[in-house]
Parts: sequence; C-alpha cells; structure tokens
Amino acid sequence: MDDLLRRYGPTLTGAFMLLTAFWLLMLVILPNITLFEASFRPYLPVVDVGGPKDFYSFNNYGKFFANSTDTDIFGMNIPLPIHVKIFFGTIYYSTLVTVITFVVAYPLAFYLAKVVSPKSLPTLFLLLFVPLWVSEVLRSFAWWIILALKGPLNAILLGTGILDQPVRWIMGYRAIIIGLVYTYVLFMVFPIYNAIQSLDTNQIEAAQDLGSPWWRTHLRVILPHAKPGIASGSVMVFMLSAGSLLVPALLGSPTSLWFTQTIQQWMLESQDWNTGAAYSFLFLILCTCFVSLVMWVFKVQLTDIAK
Amino acid sequence: MSAGIDLDNVCCDFGSFRAVDHVNVSIKPGEFFSFLGPSGCGKTTILRMISGFTDPSSGVIRIGDKDMKGQRPNQRPTALIFQNLALFPLMPIWENISFGLEVRGVGKTERRAKAEELLRLVDLPGAADKMVSQLSGGQKQRVAIARALAVEPSVMLLDEPLSALDLKLRQHMRAELRAIQKRTGVTFIYITHDQGEALAMSDRVGVMSQGKLQQVADPRDIYNNPSNGFVASFVGENNIFAGTVGAVADGMARFDTAHGTFRARVNTTSGKDLKLYVRPEHTIISSFPGAENSLPATVTDVAFEGNFISVHAVSDSGATLMAELRNDGSSAIPVTGEKLHMSFAAERASILPDGLTRGE
Amino acid sequence: MTEKLRRTLYNIYMAAFLFYLLVPLALMGGAAFNDSKLPSVYPWKGLTDRWFIDLWNDETMWYSFRNTILVALAVVLLAVPIGTAAAIVINSISGKVRSVLYGVMVAPVLAPGAVIGISTILFWNKLNVPTGLHLSVLGQVSYIAAFVMLMVLARLQSFDENLEEAALDLGASHGQVMRRILLPHLYPAIGAGAAIAFFQSIENFNITLFTRGTSQTLTVYVFSKVRAGITPSINALALLLILVTFSAAVIYEVRRRRAATIEAAREAEARRADEAGII
Repeated sequence: MDDLLRRYGPTLTGAFMLLTAFWLLMLVILPNITLFEASFRPYLPVVDVGGPKDFYSFNNYGKFFANSTDTDIFGMNIPLPIHVKIFFGTIYYSTLVTVITFVVAYPLAFYLAKVVSPKSLPTLFLLLFVPLWVSEVLRSFAWWIILALKGPLNAILLGTGILDQPVRWIMGYRAIIIGLVYTYVLFMVFPIYNAIQSLDTNQIEAAQDLGSPWWRTHLRVILPHAKPGIASGSVMVFMLSAGSLLVPALLGSPTSLWFTQTIQQWMLESQDWNTGAAYSFLFLILCTCFVSLVMWVFKVQLTDIAK
Repeated sequence: MSAGIDLDNVCCDFGSFRAVDHVNVSIKPGEFFSFLGPSGCGKTTILRMISGFTDPSSGVIRIGDKDMKGQRPNQRPTALIFQNLALFPLMPIWENISFGLEVRGVGKTERRAKAEELLRLVDLPGAADKMVSQLSGGQKQRVAIARALAVEPSVMLLDEPLSALDLKLRQHMRAELRAIQKRTGVTFIYITHDQGEALAMSDRVGVMSQGKLQQVADPRDIYNNPSNGFVASFVGENNIFAGTVGAVADGMARFDTAHGTFRARVNTTSGKDLKLYVRPEHTIISSFPGAENSLPATVTDVAFEGNFISVHAVSDSGATLMAELRNDGSSAIPVTGEKLHMSFAAERASILPDGLTRGE
Repeated sequence: MTEKLRRTLYNIYMAAFLFYLLVPLALMGGAAFNDSKLPSVYPWKGLTDRWFIDLWNDETMWYSFRNTILVALAVVLLAVPIGTAAAIVINSISGKVRSVLYGVMVAPVLAPGAVIGISTILFWNKLNVPTGLHLSVLGQVSYIAAFVMLMVLARLQSFDENLEEAALDLGASHGQVMRRILLPHLYPAIGAGAAIAFFQSIENFNITLFTRGTSQTLTVYVFSKVRAGITPSINALALLLILVTFSAAVIYEVRRRRAATIEAAREAEARRADEAGII
C-alpha cells in the first residue's frame, strides 16, 4: 500500500484499489455469500418473500437425499439417492478423465520440454494452441459427428474389418469421457511442460551418467520435479471436467446425467433458484474438499499450484 | 546553477535498524564528492534521501540552502544515475535523453535538438535514433549521463554507475566522468565501494561505515592521514600493531607492543583499542637494523605484481608483515627464507582508534 | 533402447497427438461442404456451398453473433482494467495478505461456471437487476479478469522498478510514469490478456446459459441447434470460426518472430560494439 502510494501517487492508487475491490467484492465474494444465504431459504412466489413462510432451513439440502434407487456398487445392491449417485458418478468419471489426460499428456510435455529441438517449438505450440481456441461447443460437436452410429469412426472400423457391427458410442458415460479428454487434455500438457522445462537438463544427464535406466530417471528425477505442474494440471482438468455442462449435454445419454445437469434442471426447468443455489454450493464445497484431500494425499501445497 | 548540499544531523531508520546515523556534511557547489564505503554502510540510503526516494527519520537535508523536506523526487533539482542505469528500453536514445524535457512540456523539435547537443557533449553523435539494446556498455553509460544532464540539474547523484563495466572501460570512464563534471560545473555526488575510483575522481571523499561518516577529507588526506583504523584499512593495506600509548610530545608518541617499542604520529590518546598503522609501501627492507621502529624478520613469500613487488615476512617476535617495493627494474628482489630487517619512519606511522560504530 | 529409436518413438507420438487434436476439427469443417442433410463427411454425397448460404440467411445466427461480439467487447473493456489494476496491487504487497488475495483472485478460474452463473444472478437479483446479457458480462468478468491479472503479473515481474524511479527523478508526474514507462512495458501482456478475454468470452457457455435471460449468444445458439435437429450450416459456422482463430494465431506468430529477429539484430550490434571496444 505504502509502496503503491510512493510509486503511483494517491489518484492512481485509489483507482487501482477501486477496480480490484469492485472485482473481488461485487463479482466474487458477495455473489458467493448470496448463494450461500439463498440456499437455506425456500423457493417462494414473490409476494411471500420476507413473509412468515420465508425462514431458514436445510430443506433444500434435504432434496439431495430424496428418491433412493438401488445402485450396483462393486456387485452390491445399495439403495442410493439418485442425486447422490449422480454426484459420485461425476466425481468418479472426472477423476478418470484426469488420470487419462495425465497419461496422455506426460510424454508429450516431456517431449516438448526436453526432446524436441527448440527451433520447431513455436510451430508446434501454434498447432497445439489452435484447438484450444476453438470453442468447447464446437469441439464436442466434432466428436458428436465422429461418434455417431453412422459416423466416420464406425465406417472406418467396419471398413477395415476391426468391427463387424457398428458400435453405439454415445451411450452411458463413454462418449462423455472421450469428449472431456479431448477438450481438456491441453490443460494438462502446458503446466507439466512448464514444470519439466524448468528442470536443469544436466540433472537428467547426471542420472543417466550414473547408470540410471530411462524409467528410473523419470521416476526419481523428472516426475518429482514436475509434481507442482502435475498437481496444477490435475486440479484444472478435474474442476473443468466436473463443472462441464456442454460435453455431458451433447455427448451424454439419458442414463448418464452429470451433476451440473441436475443443477441446470433446478435452475432453468423447475425455476427453483434456491434449491439450485443449495446444489451449487454443495457441489462447490464437495469438489473443493475432494481436491484438497487428493492434494493432501499427494503432499502438494496450494502454493505449488498457484505458480 | 550548481548547488551545494548540507546534511545536518541526518538519520534514517528502517524499523529498528539505523541505516544512517547522525551524518553531518557540507558539500560545496561544483564539487565532486564521493561517499566511499562497503556495502551496507548506508551510502546508498544517503543518496536516496538526497534524491527524495527515502525520507530521513530525523535531521535536515538542504540543497542550495533550501530545506528539501516534503519535496518529492520530481520536484528536486537533482538527477540520479542508477547503478543499472535504468535506461528506458522501449524508447529510442533521443527520447530517453529528452524524457525529462518531455514531461516538462517542451516541444518535439526543441527536445530533439537538445538531445543531439547532449549526445555531442558525451561524445556519442549519431546515436539519436538507435535503441538502447543496440549500444555497448560504455555507450549506455554516456546516454545515462546525457539523460541526467538534460534536465539541467544542480546536483548529479551517481550510484556506482561504473560497477558493471570491465576494468579497462572503467578506468577510461573515470577520466571521462571527471571531464564532464569539470565541463558542466554541476555538483557530483558519487557513491562507490571502490577506493581507487573515489580517490582518483573526487575533490573530497567521505568514508562511511556502519551508518556513520568516518572521515571527510581530500583523497590525499584520506590515504595519508586517515582519522581512524577503519579508514586506514578501507582505503589501503596496513601493517597493524596492537599496544598502549606511552609518552606524547609534539604529536609523536611512544607505543609499546608485544613486538617492541615504536614511535609514531598520534592525534588522540583517548579511545580504546588504539593501534599502530603503517602502509606496506612505507615499510623499508634492509639487511641492517634501522635507527628506530625496526624488526628482524624472515621472508615467507614474494609476489611479483608487475609495477611493484610485494614481500611478506614474519618477524622474529611472530608478527606478520608486508612491504611493497617499487619495481624500478634494477633493485635486487628478496627471496623466500631470507633474513632481513623491516623498519618504518615514525612520520609515516599513525596511532589510530578503531572506526566509529553504529549507535555510538 | 537406443537414443535414436527413442527419439523416433517420441516424434511418432507427437504426430499422432497432433492428428488426434486436429482431425476432428478437419472432419467437422469438411462436413460443411457435404451435400447431405446430416452433418457428416461420411457418406460423401458431393460438394456443395448451400450450407454457407443457409448460414448467411440465418437471422438468429446473425443476432446471436452480434450479441456475442458485444458481450465479448464489454468483457474486454471491464476485465482488462480490472486485471491490470489487480496485478499492480498484488505485485506491490507481500506475505500472508498477498497469498489470501491471490487465492481469492484465482479461485473463480477453477469454480464451475454454473456456480458462478447462479451466484451472479442471485446477487444482482437482490439489487433488482434482472437477468440478461449484462449479467453474462459481469459473470464472465469475474473469472476472465483473473487471466488478465495472471498475464500482467508475469510481465510485471520482469519490470525494473528503477525505470519508474528514474522517470520520477527526471521530473515526471505519477500519471506520466504510468503512461510513458509502466504501461508501454505492460502492453504486450495487456494485448495478450485482451485477446484471451475476448476469446474466452466468445466461447463461454456455462455462465452465459444461466445469466442470459432470454437473449441468445453464439455458443448457446450452436448448442441448441446441435440438440434440436441439426443442419450442416453449423459446420459451415464452425469452419469459419476455426479459420478466423487459425489466421489470428498465425498473424500473431509471424509478428512475434519478426520482433524477435529485430531484437536479436540489435543485441548482436551491441555485442559487436562491446567486442570492438567502442566506448
């Protein structure tokens, strides 16, 4: 603050503070407090707002645990509320997407950081960035075309004789996973690339010189160094996947609801904003807890991610 | 148009750390004045207080008899040359030089003419339209000087501007800076930790340590008549003996040490830790004992430095000693293991207290 | 495994990955020329331009397109000053306050768009602001400003504060320091931030879906088209959007390389001058 005043004088400092405060208060903090508050109130017609029926309760959260159905979990039939089931499905498949993107992205990030000649790097990055800039809806649409029952993928697989029956790809969660991996894999590549790039190449050569085979060099030297990058890539991919609405809506089927879709139903179909708020808040908190838990298990600090 | 500067009991505290401790000095208009000291001695803080980037905790700073309290850097008649020069990388040279005029609303043609005039002054004609990244180290130095001169400051403040240059260029730029200062008549305040630089360029030098101004004098006095042990050690090498002062007469005193009794100049007998200091080049080597202040010794090492020869020895009483001989091309050079006598003239040796320390 | 073999395998992997990334887009674009009622390249029924003509005559598309551009411009106008100011503020503080503030600023990037959208309408609804594209702008700014902030902050960290002091010392006012010294240094980051803000806004779906009220934007329009009876005119639109994106990226890259060449030549000149002992 003193530093700002000294460097930019009172007028500019005031302007900077005002802009920052507008952002953080009006666009981030207060809306979230409103969300939290609204989630405990009932959904009422306008005339009843503020009246005797308008009191705080956990009723909206209760809807989360309504409508139990029998669910098959590892061979056991357990009664599970439908929304709880959708929630865990979302978490589970988002985790799966995160793991797949990591497996795909790691060799690529290593290639970009340490193998490829620096001269061809700008061209490669250009080619990688273009899909990133194409909107998510179009990228999902592209896979919708490819995975269609009479689409090019089935045509090729049938034509080459790999399949003798066309596969209905857009069924259950599998097309969603394919779409999410395609949409978010680059969010895994770039943080890992940044992390590996900052590793001194001499360390890799020293390990090799000491007789370490390539897999041990990766396991003991490169992976530990890349951990912050892997962590930030994973958090990005997980949160984006879990929060995605487009990909499940376009590539999902009626049997594969995503949790964001239940929120959307409350908000736009039932027009019950208060229950929508409760579900949003729950979703935000549970995702944050899950991410924190995973970070704690892998011993990653938030400050590592915030680089 | 050049102005004098008075620092009157100036202190500067950073938290509980006193960076500058009761500094009093009066710098004359048109003077080339250097603050010399090791890093962390407070010299850069003094410069930042004069330029207005740091406020003194107490005391008064006057430029041309005007109290600078509350005057912001852009209101003071000073121009600062930064250690890394801080040239604006996105502006061509001429815009760099005339930036101070631009912010004062001077028109473009006039600015351009002034920039070219200054480029001629610093011996860099034809560089007006180049970019900073195109210039060599020495050329950048000249642009920085021209940029500071463009605002016609009464005082130029230079923060170790030569430290990034290699030795040869540094020596060339010393002479150049001195010449520019004489040509323009502007008061120069120069900050450095290089005693050679300070002694070669300055009219007067202020030696600093621990936030305190240890001594202010012309370069010759700083070297020949240091006021305390810190100054003596910082500006050159010494043979040092610890001991106690005996009888004093006519500014000369007897000094009793573990290595014998010596005679030397003395200014003060107060102060603890009085020691005797004598420069290696004032130490004489001979095969016979001297008339006074003489020690028998054995040569331990001889280093041939080119223009002089450095002889290290240990006295029979166990003191390490150093002598420097001018290489006049003919004199015999002692060899390691040789036994000889080392002595010094009483007029060349001083009995001095230790330097002033922080908070004292 | 020899070094050479490993390198070859890596190259193959890279090529396969690029194939995986780009072919879906090519297939989608190619379908725009297929004279088939369904958007696909297979089976190929002959070349046509009628989907482009359909697209041109689609008034809803033009209306959504106009809305999208207006929203994106508004987002840029808000997010760029906010992100730049926030970067300057966060750059000047340190310690715990900085980490907390930084966390609050970056959190919206990770928050699901649905949550941002819902909290935005609930909050502004309390202040009696109805839903509509203006709320889409505010909702989008809440996380897009973070992108601008991160880009400007990265650039600020390479800024030499001495330059500001030098300018002040030469008599510049705070405003002049800002305009002549700091902003020119930040322009590349601000420009990149503006481009990111613009494209992020155009492709935003989640926040817009909840905040838009009854207005349409291009993404929402495409989404509804894909769900309800699709025609290959969407592919024509997709192809045009991809081409615009690709040309923008190529232009950016060409300009970057040109600037790098000029700078390298200047530095070479300085090095030669140093070596020749010019002082």
